[in-house]
Amino acid sequence: MPRRDDIQRILILGSGPIVIGQAAEFDYSGVQACKVLREEGYEVILVNSNPATIMTDPEFADATYVEPLLPGPVAQVIERERPDALLPTLGGQTALNLAKALHEDGTLDKHGVELIGANYDAIARAEDRDLFRGCMETAGLRMPKSAIATTVAEAIDALPDLGLPAIIRPAFTLGGRGGGIARTIEEYRSIVGRGIEASPIGQILIDQSVLGWGEFELEVMRDRNDNVVIVCSIENIDPMGVHTGDSVTVAPQQTLTDALYQQLRDQAIAVIRAVGVETGGSNVQFAVDPETEEILVIEMNPRVSRSSALASKATGFPIAKIAARLAVGYALDEIDNDITGVTPASFEPAIDYVVVKWPRFAFEKFPGADPVLSTHMKSVGEAMAMGRTFQQAFGKAMRSRELDKAPEYGDVPDETLLATLASPAPDRFDAISELFRRGVALKAVRELSLIDPWFLREIQALALDPEAPFSGERCFKAVDTCAAEFPARTPYYYSGWERRAAHEVRRGDRESIVILGAGPNRIGQGIEFDYCCVHAAMTVRESGRDAVMINCNPETVSTDYDTSDRLYFEPLTLEDVLGVLAVERPQGVIVQFGGQTPLKLAAGLVEAGVPLLGTSVDAIDLAEDRGRFGRLLDELGYRAPPFGTARNFEDALARSEEVGFPLLVRPSYVLGGRAMEIVYSAEGLADYLQREVGWDPAPGVIGREIFLDRFLENAIEVDVDALCDGEDVWIGGIMQHVEEAGVHSGDSACVLPPHSLGGDMLDQIREATRGIALGLGVVGLMNVQYAVHAGTLHVIEANPRASRTVPFVSKAVGVPLAKMACRIMLGERIPELDLPHDPMACDHVSVKEAVMPFDRFDGADAVLGPEMRSTGEVMGIARDFPTAFAKAQAAAGAPLPMGGTAFITVTDSDKAGAFAVAQILHAQGFRIVATAGTAEAIVRMGVPVTTLNKIGDGSPHVVDWIERGDVDIVVNTPTGSGARTDGWEIRRAAVARGIPCLTTLSAGVSAAWAIAEARSRGEAPVLSLQELHREIAAGEAPVA
Amino acid sequence: MKGTRGSYVLLDDGTRFDGDSVGAEAHAVGEVVFTTGMAGYQESMTDPSFAGQLITFSYPHIGNYGVSEPAMESDRVWARAAIMRAATNAEDAPTAERGWLDWLTDCGIPAITGVDTRELVRHIRHAGAMRGGVFPAAVSEAEARALIEAEPSMVGADFARVVTPRAASVHGAGRSPRIAAIDTGIKLSIVRNLVARGAEVTLHPCTVTAAELLAADPDALFLANGPGDPAALDYIVATVREVVGRKPVWGICLGHQLLSRAVGLKTFKLPYGHRGANHPVKDLQTQKIEITSQNHGFAVLGPGGEQTIDTDEAVCWETDFGAARLSHVNLYDRTVEGLELLDVPGGTVQYHPEAGPGPHDSLYLFDRFLDRIRQASPEGSPA
Ligand SMILES: Nc1ncnc2c1ncn2[C@@H]1O[C@H](COP(=O)(O)OP(=O)(O)O)[C@@H](O)[C@H]1O
Ligand SMILES: Nc1ncnc2c1ncn2[C@@H]1O[C@H](COP(=O)(O)OP(=O)(O)O)[C@@H](O)[C@H]1O
Ligand SMILES: [Mg+2]
Ligand SMILES: [Mg+2]
Repeated sequence: MPRRDDIQRILILGSGPIVIGQAAEFDYSGVQACKVLREEGYEVILVNSNPATIMTDPEFADATYVEPLLPGPVAQVIERERPDALLPTLGGQTALNLAKALHEDGTLDKHGVELIGANYDAIARAEDRDLFRGCMETAGLRMPKSAIATTVAEAIDALPDLGLPAIIRPAFTLGGRGGGIARTIEEYRSIVGRGIEASPIGQILIDQSVLGWGEFELEVMRDRNDNVVIVCSIENIDPMGVHTGDSVTVAPQQTLTDALYQQLRDQAIAVIRAVGVETGGSNVQFAVDPETEEILVIEMNPRVSRSSALASKATGFPIAKIAARLAVGYALDEIDNDITGVTPASFEPAIDYVVVKWPRFAFEKFPGADPVLSTHMKSVGEAMAMGRTFQQAFGKAMRSRELDKAPEYGDVPDETLLATLASPAPDRFDAISELFRRGVALKAVRELSLIDPWFLREIQALALDPEAPFSGERCFKAVDTCAAEFPARTPYYYSGWERRAAHEVRRGDRESIVILGAGPNRIGQGIEFDYCCVHAAMTVRESGRDAVMINCNPETVSTDYDTSDRLYFEPLTLEDVLGVLAVERPQGVIVQFGGQTPLKLAAGLVEAGVPLLGTSVDAIDLAEDRGRFGRLLDELGYRAPPFGTARNFEDALARSEEVGFPLLVRPSYVLGGRAMEIVYSAEGLADYLQREVGWDPAPGVIGREIFLDRFLENAIEVDVDALCDGEDVWIGGIMQHVEEAGVHSGDSACVLPPHSLGGDMLDQIREATRGIALGLGVVGLMNVQYAVHAGTLHVIEANPRASRTVPFVSKAVGVPLAKMACRIMLGERIPELDLPHDPMACDHVSVKEAVMPFDRFDGADAVLGPEMRSTGEVMGIARDFPTAFAKAQAAAGAPLPMGGTAFITVTDSDKAGAFAVAQILHAQGFRIVATAGTAEAIVRMGVPVTTLNKIGDGSPHVVDWIERGDVDIVVNTPTGSGARTDGWEIRRAAVARGIPCLTTLSAGVSAAWAIAEARSRGEAPVLSLQELHREIAAGEAPVA
Repeated sequence: MKGTRGSYVLLDDGTRFDGDSVGAEAHAVGEVVFTTGMAGYQESMTDPSFAGQLITFSYPHIGNYGVSEPAMESDRVWARAAIMRAATNAEDAPTAERGWLDWLTDCGIPAITGVDTRELVRHIRHAGAMRGGVFPAAVSEAEARALIEAEPSMVGADFARVVTPRAASVHGAGRSPRIAAIDTGIKLSIVRNLVARGAEVTLHPCTVTAAELLAADPDALFLANGPGDPAALDYIVATVREVVGRKPVWGICLGHQLLSRAVGLKTFKLPYGHRGANHPVKDLQTQKIEITSQNHGFAVLGPGGEQTIDTDEAVCWETDFGAARLSHVNLYDRTVEGLELLDVPGGTVQYHPEAGPGPHDSLYLFDRFLDRIRQASPEGSPA
């Protein structure tokens, strides 16, 4: 059955902000879908609140709405755009749930919108535990036994059937809080009790444990003729018990006999048919007992997923692209395999290499959080590596992690190290390798880790001789979906090591430009940088050169073979990059778009004689070296906060006197503000030095350099993104932060154009930005951060590279900054770029809000600071600031309440300001409750307020109020120390209940305005980027 | 990893790949072919269709789960050598009865690892399947060449006589329908599938005569898979020709080629064959696509003598026994994958519905086949 002609307009839902469990893979799948559907001649309407995505670039859809992924706004989009169909399977769980809601509230029927890809019943059957179980039973498939209990007694009754150990998962708790694995009846009683206690609805799910069984995933595709193919099998090296997202995984499966694998294949096909996914891809997870070969179905996802992105990159079979075509009526054999060009998509890829996926964690940023891996996903990103053998792939994957520092075990006794394997942590494979190096027997490791002996033997061999797999010659092999049975057209390569190098790279004689990607997503370096790399690739291609991408992140658009002319799936280490450059011999290499990852390689590349495009290595160093940068600012006559550097303890104390408290201290060359802290006194500093830097008062020791800056209190932070070609500077956007300086720029909300900076200050900022760009000699992009303190402008830092805010600014002002920067690097001059004279002269306001992962890390304090901890961001666009702010809050997952009770508790310095918040909310009919001190400040100004108990004063205290659901919004500014203060408990409770919790006064005030505005206006109208950008274009003549 | 004794692969055209010997310390020559299947190495090595051939495994890791009885496709190894990138013994794999390399060694089969198998496969794809061998480093290239020269080519090679049993044997005795099979190297999976569906299967040596076959009045004749060049098996073709029209005839792989030739159709040698577990085949009756297990080097020519069928129409041949209709086509290279005789009971497929190794998508063909027989001979079906 060919293309459907009864539909013309298709609505696609994105997955919103990057959060743990939903990352860039949905930008990759969304982009593929947008591309093919438009190729097929359909009109595409897109809704996604995440500005850092490629899919929200205006050229990828006919109408693009950067709006909250909530029924209200999406219903508005549907009314405005009248789509014929909704494709909900490309935006992760978010899109599925939203589509479900829109069906249930009748919106879809009302506007005659058809769900394509997966119908409502199929979604329900896959998502609802009981429906799914029933569905599997009728299909004759088995699942782990499970039970639901609300009392210990019920749980005990269920025990004989389930057996021990048992997996206890409290319903609706943070990061699995209160859950666990019970091995003895005593443990069972206590965990069950604890779990019921922890669950807000007093309910727990108990699963029969299959811990230690093998965990396998199959990626299945089905078309409307009921043809089904398995795209890829993925084996988790970590056995059942570690979430697949946190597991190190391998494709294809390595340890199953063909007979057993074929049973999994048959069952996967049975599952997709039983659930009734008519067209598209699904992910089916299995547990397999290696001894008895018993198979259990764990779950199925009726949509593209993290694993399907991995499978696509691992095999060259573009699942999302094909799913989109299937959704509009094609059958698998009517779709070409673009890799071979000569065979249809109705086949199963044969691969002749090994793929290893490795998760990237960020526990170091969440002190207090438990780093044990379990049934809830905690990783923030992943790297993928390919090799001719498992050892090559595994070794490359370890390189691709880019750990700040590799784990060291010094004199940790073997026993202790072995013991850790029973409760796997992010470093489990480093620990295993260490044990092997120490000569510990494979059997001992197997008994505790339960990892299949085949993997352990390979890991052992690698640990004992890390060089062996990489001896011989490096050669580049093609990913071709067919194990070389047919010639491959699409050039997608990985390096392997063989006795004799036989390269398969087919490089025409066009000049090529190599773009270095950003590697695995991590906090501080996320999808924004991939966005910039993709724009660079597009620009290079438009310039008539070959764009060559090097990256190792399987989630991203940059590693889609469609994005560049040649893709090398390689770790971003100097050695591996030079390996590629040796065969590519490019005209130039771009390191400016991939965040710190490529920048770190810049010097080494230049040393190796590689031509870098854009800003010189020296300019990068000039910006990053505090001393040199400080001197530059002095010459230019710009203020910077007083600062000093120190290399040991007494040195640091001495400097602190000169610089003056409060101080912001951090180790040199940190990314995302790692280990950055504000200290108010010599004691505080001494504590930091011992805790974070490991210096002790004993004189002498010379350590890594640390920086001490005067911390500017209550300063307004400003971010600027600008372009410079060495002679001209163009300022793309000036963003005013909502939170004051001290909250990492990546974690604070910001507004464009600035809502409260005077014209004079804006001119100073423009002037300083010009001066710094020219002073550094930037060629391409630059980001500068300022703090406006007591009316004077201070320079905090300048980054001569693409910044986190580039996509946000590009969408706000309608100019693709990264593309422009790339054209400059390729030799064009700013006047040639037709840039608008004043890009911020537009009548809409854009607000960026960060999304924090606190709900995944029970035990971590939910307060913002100079260390970045957000995983993603959203954008809110409206005609006025409060409305845009409200949209951003809603998009970020904590919609502001329109009424109810506001709980306010702030530090003394904020007491005066707290009144402002209380007054506005009171006027809006909110009930104001506060702790004693704050309450006093508020009543004094004549706003009625109820005083609540501090936790110490006994129940019912503030936290009881929140947990009972009697509070709708919390404004709580922290009193310094992150220890388990009342503040900590309050924020934890708020996060747990998912109610807005504003931790700075400025954010509190903004929220109050936003609520007032929204109540007077009603639901904010939705706006498409295309219409906004048209407005800007109309209102603006380019500079001559 | 046991032994790093040097070893190398040498092809007819002089191309050489070095590696390490991990099997029997001997040499092997024959036709060098490749399979893209990612698992099922033991099934392949014991599949009689690989007799006379050296198997290059395109998947790098081979041996991961050792070997075990249920994976035997015959009572011995038929392939002459295993050419691999990264072989392991894995004697301690959860369900392993033995280690892969120990087993090969004991079976006297040379095996080489550390070979750039992808490069070797690409070479065969360009140059076509050709003679070659696996040799211990001690064997000089000159000697190796001589040994390869001495090896007869696959074209015109009768391997059926090599793999066929000395005497007939009965499986699933006393059941119905009763199927007579000419054992040109039948895979046990085929016998298992037939017996599991209630059939009694008698395996005859390939030299069996039509008279002998018909004497037992079977309900149908089955033509098995097997090695070698169908063109070299005129004596079997003649036998089949006598049975066609008198008994329903069904064939798999070589059997498909033999029946085709028996009714007057022609076969040709594919440049490098189909060997793997991922080829899409379309059943033109249901329009369904099956992912199939494949292992053949020859194929049947289309009605106009063409090598590929460029439509999804069920084109027809005029055969000596009336019309034959295309029933299955390969969506990879559009070659003939199956046909049905319209005027006499009979049909065949080129690929391997019995899997072993490979997907189970095509098992329905055994049901289809047995249903047809039961319809054709009502007395043959259980009351
Ligand atoms: N019965 C069980 N016994 C042991 N581990 C389990 C069991 N069920 C699930 N798990 C582990 O928990 C992880 C997450 O479970 P899953 O049902 O896939 O939830 P999610 O929707 O988060 O993927 C799985 O990847 C698996 O490792
Ligand atoms: N002198 C200072 N006074 C106040 N806040 C500061 C000062 N220096 C840095 N900050 C805050 O710390 C955050 C991180 O500092 P920054 O130098 O930008 O580190 P990074 O390189 O991680 O972005 C900034 O976004 C700002 O909020
Ligand atoms: Mg899962
Ligand atoms: Mg910064």
